[in-house]
Amino acid sequence: MSVRSFLLRVAGLFRSNRRDSEFEAELESHVQLHIDDFVRSGMSLAEARRQALIKLGGIEQTREEWRRQRGVPAIESMAQDLRYAIRAMRKNPGFTCIALLTLTLGIGANTALFSVVNGVLLNPLPYPHSEQLAILYHKSAIADQGAVSYLNFLDWQQQNATFSSMAAFRNQSFNLTGEGEPTRLSGHEVSADFFRALEVKPVLGRLFTADEDRVGGAPVALIGGGLWKTRYGSSPSVLGRGITLNGVRYTIVGVIPDSFLFYDGYGTQVWTPVGRWNDPTFRDRRVAMGLNVIGRMKTGVTFDRARQDMGRVAHALAEAYPDANKGSDVTVVSFKQDMVGDIAPFLFVLLAAVGFVLMIACANVANLMLARATGRAREFALRSALGATRGRLVRQLLSESVLLGIAGGALGFALAASGTRSILALLPDAVPRSHEISLDFRVLIFTLAVSLLAGIGFGLAPALLAWRSNLTDALKEGGRSVAGSRGRAQNAFVVIEMATALVLLVGAGLMIRTLTVLWSVDPGFDPHNALSFDVAMQPDLGNDPAHIRAELRKIHDAVRNQPGVLSASVLAGALPMRGDSELPVWKIDEPKPASAAESKWTLFYGVEPDYLSALGLHLLSGRFITQADSEHSPQVVVVDDYFVHKYFPGESPIGKRINVGMLDLQPEIIGVVGHVKHWGLDTDATAKVQAQIYIPCTQIPDRFMPLVGNGIGMVVRSANDPGAQIPAMRNALANAQQVVYGAETLEEIIASSLAARRFSVVLLGIFAALAVVLSSIGIYGVIAYLVGQRTQEIGTRIALGAQRGDVLRLILGRGFALTLGGVGAGSVLALILSRQMKKIIYGVSPSDPVTFCAVALLLITIALLACYVPARRAMRVDPMIALRYE
Amino acid sequence: MGEGKDVRQGTLALMVLKTLESMGPLHGYGIARRIEQTSGDLLSVNYGTLYPALLKLEQEGYIASEWGVSENNRRARYYRLTRTGKKQVERETREWNETAAIVARFLNPEES
Repeated sequence: MSVRSFLLRVAGLFRSNRRDSEFEAELESHVQLHIDDFVRSGMSLAEARRQALIKLGGIEQTREEWRRQRGVPAIESMAQDLRYAIRAMRKNPGFTCIALLTLTLGIGANTALFSVVNGVLLNPLPYPHSEQLAILYHKSAIADQGAVSYLNFLDWQQQNATFSSMAAFRNQSFNLTGEGEPTRLSGHEVSADFFRALEVKPVLGRLFTADEDRVGGAPVALIGGGLWKTRYGSSPSVLGRGITLNGVRYTIVGVIPDSFLFYDGYGTQVWTPVGRWNDPTFRDRRVAMGLNVIGRMKTGVTFDRARQDMGRVAHALAEAYPDANKGSDVTVVSFKQDMVGDIAPFLFVLLAAVGFVLMIACANVANLMLARATGRAREFALRSALGATRGRLVRQLLSESVLLGIAGGALGFALAASGTRSILALLPDAVPRSHEISLDFRVLIFTLAVSLLAGIGFGLAPALLAWRSNLTDALKEGGRSVAGSRGRAQNAFVVIEMATALVLLVGAGLMIRTLTVLWSVDPGFDPHNALSFDVAMQPDLGNDPAHIRAELRKIHDAVRNQPGVLSASVLAGALPMRGDSELPVWKIDEPKPASAAESKWTLFYGVEPDYLSALGLHLLSGRFITQADSEHSPQVVVVDDYFVHKYFPGESPIGKRINVGMLDLQPEIIGVVGHVKHWGLDTDATAKVQAQIYIPCTQIPDRFMPLVGNGIGMVVRSANDPGAQIPAMRNALANAQQVVYGAETLEEIIASSLAARRFSVVLLGIFAALAVVLSSIGIYGVIAYLVGQRTQEIGTRIALGAQRGDVLRLILGRGFALTLGGVGAGSVLALILSRQMKKIIYGVSPSDPVTFCAVALLLITIALLACYVPARRAMRVDPMIALRYE
Repeated sequence: MGEGKDVRQGTLALMVLKTLESMGPLHGYGIARRIEQTSGDLLSVNYGTLYPALLKLEQEGYIASEWGVSENNRRARYYRLTRTGKKQVERETREWNETAAIVARFLNPEES
């Protein structure tokens, strides 16, 4: 067939309608011409028509023949292969089910994980030209990626040359009051350009103007599509309506689309202009009140170029304001990188693991197909004797396996569709951007490619065997040559499966060890039976320091008096593992450091006396804060042992005084407590600021009291399940229009700080278990086949006096050899690959001998158990029956 | 599988090409009648089998077709030989003659 005619025929498959109707016309004209001739020779019209049709051989038959010529025989023979493959699969439902199940699990797991990788790492962020978006951090002695002070942000915005727009945002939740029960709304305070930088347009109304983003600006707010729907029934008349947030009456000027997604998902409900805030601390260049900066780079600007530019700006600001900015720089990271964080190494390890699972699944199905291929050797021999070419037979086998692969892929896709959601729901904090994970077109293509590859992969072995098979041998009953090469191939597959399973077990083992190490790390506090939550104080609190202090005491008492509560403390400053607030400190006899860069920094906690017992700190020397330490008594401070080690090495700090910058306090050190792993169990040791000080929250100076009143934390220790206390706390404070939110047990806080690792452990565990089960089935199949093959031999041996134990040893020995081969190969492979896990394991070496030995033993035990079933059958062979076969 | 039919199709194709070569452009019915007449009614196949053969020849580029009007004013699809078709007739005629000669020698061995 020429290329031209092939193309025409392929085209014929598609343009079939027009060609068909043209042919109809041609047939019609043919019949007419024929009738004309007959009529001319004197026949009646009806008879002429009848004769013409007879001579033609029937309209329908002609049409059918013509169509066959129009199509492509190769495609038609493929269709034939597929039909045959479906029939073959139906004839052998056991094989089909097991193969399909194996593939569904393998491909499903791959699809699910790829959809996560796709949604988190590959897909761009859901903003126009999101690759131009960057997050800008203040780089200083405290942190490489620190929050930015408002004044610095304003200067960055003005002085940069590489960003088309730059905006600031800070988390701020709001008490919505005035309409029904007070509710807590999550929100952001943003600068005017925030949505313009993201290129997000309101569905209704307008964005903020520059005039509204400054002190004295009109109080305006934007609301989210969710709030608009639930609270205002999506009515356009919401524009211009008032909304009372934290006691301030705002006017709604616009609605942000429902689909708007930021770090915390779709949750943000309210935005207000950040520039209205006139608190002096907020406008202190040295203080970053949790403000973050996002910028859109001008078209064509690279990150390097932006970094250079911001470096220049930072340098100029360091010159102008040395006390705040000396030694500071700007860290520029892509928005996507910032949002995704350090999840990438976890996902890559998991993707590799799930790829291994698929490999085992393929090896297993290949083994099954090999077993079947032997059974079908005679069928193939017969078919080739009847004229089928080898190519045709191989194509037949491959179309069967590809069909299996595609079917497995379809089922796997369905499995992934339901499985991904449930795994993500299981560990909600583990994966960033989890809202965006879905089975999109790219995932579909991936699944299709994997299914095809898998189908060809596991179909190749039996197909090659069929290619090599010898016709005459195969036609003889039980041809040895096929069985021989089949056995070798099967053994190879089992060794590969065992090796891969071992690699996965090592991976899972290392992660489990990591978590065990981390869980046994002392966080410096007692996370059991302890609860933490935030309290939004009443909207009409006002700025009177005495009143705020009185309210703090009331809150403490209200919480403390709940049944089951052992101790409770207000916390101003950040809860461990939940945020941070740092202050500069220097000794009383030292000069004040000239700049932030030269200061010694420490984490700061404003607490009540009960904080010691509520959090479960270890008091090492001196005393903790007591009720006697109040705004009227001498200033006191408790430090942690790291602070002593760092700033008072070799001396007793008790009785010494220190300067606490920003707050302008000179407290006396009255006690030392154990260090708290504030930055997380694994990363605390590498954090820039580790020293910690505890100050009585009542001694926080008057001018900072309004900031404290802005929102406080609470830590509660209870006699039993702390989670059950939450509703009681909520009720206790609701009377005063105070709202409890963000409640979590300390155990949950630690757990979510390990979320990515727990996610990995769960998935690696599942994958490893799957691998072990699949490879056990694999080795079971091989040994069972071996026993079946050698039944006569075993019978003869027993008849000649072999002990049953010898038979058992013989069979188990074979399984043991295969397993050992796999474990050996797997250990080498695991040693090489486990190094890639360095980033995600902690406190355990990638070549940890305990893990390696343990998983090797586990695998060998399970494999031997799988071999024991057929081995026992071999042991029980009745020599008489076995011999009668001969 | 389909070998026997292929031979007949090949023969039919040659007949079609030869007919078009000697008669010029002709519609399907005309070709069928002509082959029937030439073969002296020995060829009693259905006219319908002609059409897949025509389509195949067209796909291979040996013949081309277009709609035209018959002598008794009927619309009909006319086939004509292309340039490659002409070469194909020569080649196939030669091959056919050679094959026929060989087969003839087998069938009448005493003549050689």
